Amino acid sequence: MNYELIGISVLWLFLYGYIIIASIDFGAGFFAFYARLTKQDHVINKLISRYLSPVWEITNVFFVFFYIGIIGFFPETSYYYGSAMLVPGSLAVILLAIRGSFYAFENYGSKNNMVYLFLYGATGVLIPASLSVALTLSEGGFILKQGETASLDYWALLSSPLSWSIVGLAIVSVLFISAAFLAFYASRAEDHAALKLMRTYALFWSTPTIVIALTAFIFLGQHNERHFQNMMDLWWLLALSVAFFMIAMWLLYRGGRYGMAFICIMLQFFSAFFAYGIGQYPYILDPYITIQSSVTSSSMGFALVVAFIGGMCLLVPSLILVFRLFLFDADYVKGNK
Amino acid sequence: MGIDTVLWSKLVTGMTLGFHAIFATLGVGIPLMISLAEFIGIRKKDLHYILMAKRWSRGFVISVAVGVVTGTAISLQLSLVWPNFMKLAGNVIALPLFMEVFAFFFEAIFLGIYLYTWERFKNPMMHWLLTIPVVIGAGMSAVFITTVNGFMNQPGGFTFEGGQFTAVDPVQAMLSTATFSKVFHVLSSAYLTGAALLAGVAAFAILRKGVSAYHKKALKLMMAVVLLFSLVNTLAGDVSAKFLAEHQPEKLAAAEWHFETEGGADLIFLGWLNAEHEIIGALHLPKFLSFLAFGDFNAEVTGLNEFPIDEQPSLVVHYFFDLMATIGFLFLGISFLYFLFVFWKKRNELNKWILRMIALGAPLAFLGVELGWFYAELGRQPWIIRGYMRVEEAATTSPSVRILFFFFLLLYIVLGTVSVLVLRRIFNNNPAEVEMETWTQRASDKSTLKGEHT
Repeated sequence: MNYELIGISVLWLFLYGYIIIASIDFGAGFFAFYARLTKQDHVINKLISRYLSPVWEITNVFFVFFYIGIIGFFPETSYYYGSAMLVPGSLAVILLAIRGSFYAFENYGSKNNMVYLFLYGATGVLIPASLSVALTLSEGGFILKQGETASLDYWALLSSPLSWSIVGLAIVSVLFISAAFLAFYASRAEDHAALKLMRTYALFWSTPTIVIALTAFIFLGQHNERHFQNMMDLWWLLALSVAFFMIAMWLLYRGGRYGMAFICIMLQFFSAFFAYGIGQYPYILDPYITIQSSVTSSSMGFALVVAFIGGMCLLVPSLILVFRLFLFDADYVKGNK
Repeated sequence: MGIDTVLWSKLVTGMTLGFHAIFATLGVGIPLMISLAEFIGIRKKDLHYILMAKRWSRGFVISVAVGVVTGTAISLQLSLVWPNFMKLAGNVIALPLFMEVFAFFFEAIFLGIYLYTWERFKNPMMHWLLTIPVVIGAGMSAVFITTVNGFMNQPGGFTFEGGQFTAVDPVQAMLSTATFSKVFHVLSSAYLTGAALLAGVAAFAILRKGVSAYHKKALKLMMAVVLLFSLVNTLAGDVSAKFLAEHQPEKLAAAEWHFETEGGADLIFLGWLNAEHEIIGALHLPKFLSFLAFGDFNAEVTGLNEFPIDEQPSLVVHYFFDLMATIGFLFLGISFLYFLFVFWKKRNELNKWILRMIALGAPLAFLGVELGWFYAELGRQPWIIRGYMRVEEAATTSPSVRILFFFFLLLYIVLGTVSVLVLRRIFNNNPAEVEMETWTQRASDKSTLKGEHT
């Protein structure tokens, strides 16, 4: 196996991981704000802050890890995406900065501050929206190249139905994933009021998720025929995704096995996300960058893989420790510790 | 493309780095102090030290948060603002960047556990053990990132072919000739700054509210660390100067306004330049530059005129260098004086003037770090990768960078203000003495409660 394949597989896996845990986090922000607006904050906000306080930094590191990994394995990406993403990327950075720092501030500040909750909710929706632009760009047709300079064609981006449907999909999936996870977390904490509310939210956001996913898929077909066809060839992965969605819906609707429901949702996104990624192969940025054309030297590839394995040997045990202490320690979850 | 875009790119990056440096330095320095305090507290069974570790870690969280988000900003800005730099150098510097993320991840995980498990272990040493990965992770982050800076100053570990770096050896690139002295100086100054800040806070509290056992102990512990690390840091500064003299003479020459190559060169302190580039009003220390550069009063030091005009760094770095070095020596002096008073005349170490100097030392330490970084960065220019790529070749061509400068400026103003407000709220509304009292009160309530049960 070549370094470009190892690299892109690991990175795609990490991006998937980021999407799941960041969605939980971003969506929680929105729900905390929304619950406040509808005067239901007393039901869920304690649960949300109990889960999020220990893990927000880890979420952020996942993102940086993906970013450093992709410019490490495929340095050319930083030139094209860097030039084109200057504005949306910087906005995402500013929003991430506001959100990240306010987590820590909130721990010691007033928890019910409306401005804080608003920022928390708004960034939760706007960050995925601005980051999803990178996925749109990868489909090609949005980056202008004149001589040595690459720049973003804002008009093409803003007038494209594809880009808006991807933004929509990003937001809706965030809310769906997050609601499903928080329902599971509430069920573990045996917090029935919160569970009831989160289950309703999860059911509410499920249909829009599948509808917008389908819409985005159709617009993708109009925009990038090659990618669309490749994904159609992977029909079984897409079918698997829909099947997992159905199972998750049934479990959520019936109630009870919320952990299993959340795992099904993770698998639903896993299969769809990999169908999307494999369909895009070999391009990272259509038509400028393929993974073969942009891969780093083999010595760097080797060094990165070694560093990655070494790093994982350190991190996996530490993460297990975190999960045992906070996520799966029933006493902690229930708030007894 | 225009000069304008390059200038704004420099400004936005300089601003982000300048802001990040404060929190990055704290991020490296403070964990060691927390670890020390908790260790001493457990060994001496002295709750004051445990309380120190608790309170410092509470404040530390705020600085970590701002450090994380500004660190994320600077890492993304590398690509967003300097796409050509990353295109060229990404091949070589990806490894340390990658490892830095791991080191930080490691630190973040254990910091998270540390903060939320104060009461969860039966053996308090278990909780103290959690500080070790935090200290190591923070230190290693600094090491890895500094190797990237070392590479920009002393690029190596590749061959340059057709405008690209090929035959890359990433490990050799990390271990450039600049790496050792830089890493040494960055770490020693971070520990010095962390201790200086906490000593300054303790001194300030004593000045405002009178002597208390808690602040007195904190002051003494931190001043010991300041003394130790100002010694180490002076050594690190010396190693750095000797490295520059040998490998990057234009940077040292610019800092010293040393124009002609000569033996027995004078060290020039402050002063200014007239239109003919003559130095006026400076303090000359005869032959000291030669000594600083090579440890020999008669050694020959390369002058700036040996380099083409368009490859010379800005001469303003002279002031940065002089002020940075002065601040370094001030710490040596203050901490020395403090312990002189501790050992010679009991109690007089809490002399008002000494306390004032120590309190003033806290902002000065940060100023020193900033000046050092600005010297390091401006002293390398016009190069972004010395000898291979100039700053103006590396910058983005998008004019949007100008407006983004103001967005980021606003962000840093907000973050800076809010973190100050939050820190004040944490500490002012909850003085150490009060917290100590409620804490011991609660502890004794608990033990009496237990006593009733058995």
